[in-house]
Amino acid sequence: MSIVVENLSKRFGTFQAVSDVSFEVPTGQLVALLGPSGSGKSTILRIIAGLEDPDTGRVSLTGEDATSVPVQRRGVGFVFQHYALFRHMTVRQNVAFGLEVRKKPKAEIEEKVERLLKLVQLHGYADRYPSQLSGGQRQRVALARSLAPEPKVLLLDEPFGALDARVRDELRAWLRRLHDEVHVTSLFVTHDQQEAFEVSDQVVVLNHGKVEQYGPPQQLYERPVSPFVAQFLGQVNVLPMKALWNPQAIDLKHIQEAFGSDVLNTEEAVYVRPHDLDIHREPNTRPCWRGRIERLTPLGGIVRIDLSINSDERLQIDLPRDQQLALSLVQGDDVFVSPRSFTPIGPPKQIPGDAAGTFYTI
Amino acid sequence: MASVETTRSGGDTGLPDLVLRGMTLGYLGWMVVLPIIALGFQSLVAGPQAFLDAVLDPQAVHALKLTVVTALVMVVINVVMGTATAWVLVRYEFPGKKVMNALIDLPFAVPTVVTGLMLVLLYGPSSVLGTILGTYGFSVIYSQPGIVLALLFVSYPFVIRSVQPVLLELDRAEEEAAATMGASGWLTFWRVTLPTLAPAIFTGAALSFGRALGEFGSVILVAGNQPMKTKTTPLYVFGEIESGNKQGAMAVSLVLLALSLGVLISLNLYQRRWSLEDGK
Ligand SMILES: Nc1ncnc2c1ncn2[C@@H]1O[C@H](COP(=O)(O)OP(=O)(O)O)[C@@H](O)[C@H]1O
Repeated sequence: MSIVVENLSKRFGTFQAVSDVSFEVPTGQLVALLGPSGSGKSTILRIIAGLEDPDTGRVSLTGEDATSVPVQRRGVGFVFQHYALFRHMTVRQNVAFGLEVRKKPKAEIEEKVERLLKLVQLHGYADRYPSQLSGGQRQRVALARSLAPEPKVLLLDEPFGALDARVRDELRAWLRRLHDEVHVTSLFVTHDQQEAFEVSDQVVVLNHGKVEQYGPPQQLYERPVSPFVAQFLGQVNVLPMKALWNPQAIDLKHIQEAFGSDVLNTEEAVYVRPHDLDIHREPNTRPCWRGRIERLTPLGGIVRIDLSINSDERLQIDLPRDQQLALSLVQGDDVFVSPRSFTPIGPPKQIPGDAAGTFYTI
Repeated sequence: MASVETTRSGGDTGLPDLVLRGMTLGYLGWMVVLPIIALGFQSLVAGPQAFLDAVLDPQAVHALKLTVVTALVMVVINVVMGTATAWVLVRYEFPGKKVMNALIDLPFAVPTVVTGLMLVLLYGPSSVLGTILGTYGFSVIYSQPGIVLALLFVSYPFVIRSVQPVLLELDRAEEEAAATMGASGWLTFWRVTLPTLAPAIFTGAALSFGRALGEFGSVILVAGNQPMKTKTTPLYVFGEIESGNKQGAMAVSLVLLALSLGVLISLNLYQRRWSLEDGK
């Protein structure tokens, strides 16, 4: 384990920014700290770097307790959202800074700066000042600068947050490739779930200063442990149980397992991903909701269908284009939708097995 | 001071525009340029020899030297203490900070003659402090340290007020980045913070220096106007006019003026270079 964080808590005044956070980052992995703004991501990152002191808890880096080690000796690389390049130094001087501080021989510094600038594809820019570079280039310089002293771990605080969408996409892909090349254990902060999914090996989901869930992206998406995680990681539909279409033929077995036998009178609802819904013209034996098509939006290979149930509940389905054509769906049609998998919302239920809160397959 | 750029592009060639432009230009010429030309012309009209003789008069040379040296000493102290003061005001929270911040500008509000009087009352031979200092062989009033004290008082806010806003705006992330790379607080200050503050410090220094070159009211009370000892250039110019040596007054004034302009121009050049580097 390269980064181990145990029971971190941090309070600003009366505001509990981080409460009892623990997680581990395995050596060589790229892990994302994902959460909405204000959820304590940056604070955790800064505590790991030693830029902020925790009220309680411990931080270990590559197996050694670093909680009371000052930032200068933690051996972390830190990349800031707004680059934080030394504006009066050239690109070369910026990258050399950490090596000069460590009093490395001149020749070694020069050689290494060259190599790093090549790595971040900026070797032609060594003598420019930061103000003469684009945002994306600046962030690459910042990355080279943080890698120069060969940090034990690399911490990135919303590294692409200040860039426009196109550059951001480019840099994400590039960071992933760079990481596969350099293999330095990295932890990066983001509020963008797509970014976390694209770039990282594992994701720590934070909410209100607490860890909600930790795991590989696919697992978080398919088996969220809480409504928050389900909603934060991608689109979900909220379907009220009361609105279930209920002629006798329907098999409620699975739903009753999750909600009890009185499922049709409960105030509860389920979450269903837009691509986990089937649409059909006649009801069959599967539990389903009845809805009316409000709008069809072609999005390339899929069609996004907006439906209304009971005229006030909204529902979104992503359907492959050929299915939409096969059913010849048009606006105003009355249809039935049934979930292929769902997850119950609301107070935790006694749910069989270890599947608490995860998406159920019907 | 950054130069102010026009906000409207050209093409305003209507008659009212031309009149307005001509009027303000004429006003600048009349109020500022004409007096300077008058001085330049009159002091040189008697020929270069007379000018040189007047400037090289031993008393004049001494006055000029004294002015520059006391101003430089003041600037060095001001740069160090002013930067430190701005640092404390920006980076620390402590009781009385607001009061301290408000007091900084007080020297600008005090008439310079009053400044001189206050210093005489505090350090003069008949004061308690003056007596104590006197027994150890230091004399402040009527000697050169007094001049520096007076200059320090009148130029006290310059460096602080130019550094403070820059320090306030400074992105702490640069310092934090340096720290993560292993740089100590002191090294970070020298290599990261100070270069960023340098233009502001330089501005404050140049403004204090310019102010010190012309300081009259406080210095005349504190320094006692003794030739070859405490007579600074403005006092010398005043004295020469009083005693009817117009040529001496004009020539030395011209040198003083050239010094001031030199400071102003170098400040402008420096700022231009810096803003190029900073890409602004
Ligand atoms: N130095 C500080 N002083 C006071 N409050 C702070 C400080 N740093 C962060 N906070 C507060 O702590 C909360 C969490 O901040 P942060 O860790 O930056 O969240 P995130 O990175 O998830 O957006 C925010 O509400 C923020 O206002």
